Amino acid sequence: MIKTETYQLSMGPVHPSTHGVLQVLLTLDGEKVVDSVPCMGYLHRGIEKLMEARTYFQCLPYTDRLDYVSAMNNNFSYCHAVEKLAAIDIPEKAQYLRVIMAELNRIASHMIFIGSLAVDIGATTGMIYPFRDRERILDIFNELCGARMTYSYIRIGGVRSDLSSAIVDMINKFLADLPSMLDEYNNLLTGNEIFQHRLKGTSLLSGEQARRLGITGPMLRASGIDYDLRKDNTYSSYDNFEFSVPLGKNGDNWDRYIVRVKEISESAKIIRQALDGIPDGQITAKVPKVLRPPKGEIYDTTEGPRGEVGYHIVSDGSAKPYRIHIRRPSFINLQALNILCKGYLVGDVVVAMSTIDPILGEVDC
Amino acid sequence: MEIVDIVPDVLKNNVMITTIDGLFKWARSNSLWPLTSGLSCCAIEMMCAAAARFDLARFGYEVFRPSPRQADLFIVAGTLTWKMAPPLKRLYEQMPNPKYVIAMGSCANEGGPFADAYSVVPGVDKIIPVDVFIPGCPPRPEALIYGMLQLKEKIRHPEIIQKVKK
Repeated sequence: MIKTETYQLSMGPVHPSTHGVLQVLLTLDGEKVVDSVPCMGYLHRGIEKLMEARTYFQCLPYTDRLDYVSAMNNNFSYCHAVEKLAAIDIPEKAQYLRVIMAELNRIASHMIFIGSLAVDIGATTGMIYPFRDRERILDIFNELCGARMTYSYIRIGGVRSDLSSAIVDMINKFLADLPSMLDEYNNLLTGNEIFQHRLKGTSLLSGEQARRLGITGPMLRASGIDYDLRKDNTYSSYDNFEFSVPLGKNGDNWDRYIVRVKEISESAKIIRQALDGIPDGQITAKVPKVLRPPKGEIYDTTEGPRGEVGYHIVSDGSAKPYRIHIRRPSFINLQALNILCKGYLVGDVVVAMSTIDPILGEVDC
Repeated sequence: MEIVDIVPDVLKNNVMITTIDGLFKWARSNSLWPLTSGLSCCAIEMMCAAAARFDLARFGYEVFRPSPRQADLFIVAGTLTWKMAPPLKRLYEQMPNPKYVIAMGSCANEGGPFADAYSVVPGVDKIIPVDVFIPGCPPRPEALIYGMLQLKEKIRHPEIIQKVKK
């Protein structure tokens, strides 16, 4: 009598497509995935604990290293929470600069997503193009604050420096070239038949399942639920801008890819409006040299490229936070891995992992 | 009698003479095969170094191998935690000799901003021997390329390093 047995396969912690040091324990029946368990902690750096021993200003560089491909969005979220706690009013001009930089970084982050998805599927050439175009954004940030990845540009109370005319020119040139870049990706990847076969109809996640797991960001929107904090819980100056929220239908890998590609052009729309409408004024509010927020706690969220980035800060009235908890979207989105992989082939695990787009610095914190 | 004297006159202008050791050093230094293994932030800069703009292929170092058995250069790019240390050491041991290690970024050098965290190894040289340290948080791709060129010098002229040790 013939009988089959399941067996275990450990994928990672060093694997080219796990986006860092994630281990996935796969239980397989032949080539079908029966169960998949992500094992985390290989990059646990204890950021939350380290923050307790730092002043509010010293905590800022650690937020750069959480989600290292979109550091601006993390800076933004942290500063927004601290300002709310300490009741600091931010000048209108700083709000606009923050929005411009956060959206530029969202574009850069989605370009990394496109590049790494292409590599994971086996199209190495597909990585070269988004990475080439991402350098344009990094050039802007480099000119702005001298760093390519860890910026700390958005500070508590405002931003570090004003836009020079050279930077405005660079941003305008980048925005003018963006449609042709997207055309290139579409010709190279989106229209590719093999690419479509790999993505369409695999790793389905229904809207109901996504909501139950607390998934946010492009992954939730790909499942058809219209939830974007920039619109639904407007913060900073997002209510001044016109933009739409791209939605998917089925919640498969293809939708998660398309939603992110569409978000790039929406972000460009926001940047263009913000650049045209920058008001005059100060770029920083008056912040005391030693910041001692009043006793209390706050939970504040903003929309990062991967979903809802939340900071829960407890203050005991001293210059250092008593406790900081960070809601990292990658960590929570990764919970969907088992649903996305169950019943599909081993090859689809790689694609599912890539469209979740986890950043391990953020998952392990 | 020198080796040069054995060479027939016809070939004297066409043949270069060196030792086997010199030939191997020259060949090794020009084609390092790095292991595809990124730990954290620095890995993104490592990818950028291999991508279109910085183009590591100009120096012959672009053949990133996913298997440690095919690689001879280990770029430790990012923060090493105590949980990750055993797999990292195992990867190093799986690489065939001769092998080289580059510690990329402050975290790999001495812990960086996480040096006082309970879960972080303060420098990969506590776990495996390191040939070149590259500072920066994260180092720019130019810095990585410079580090790899320094490693090239080290492979070609090991006597320089030995002198310093004495």
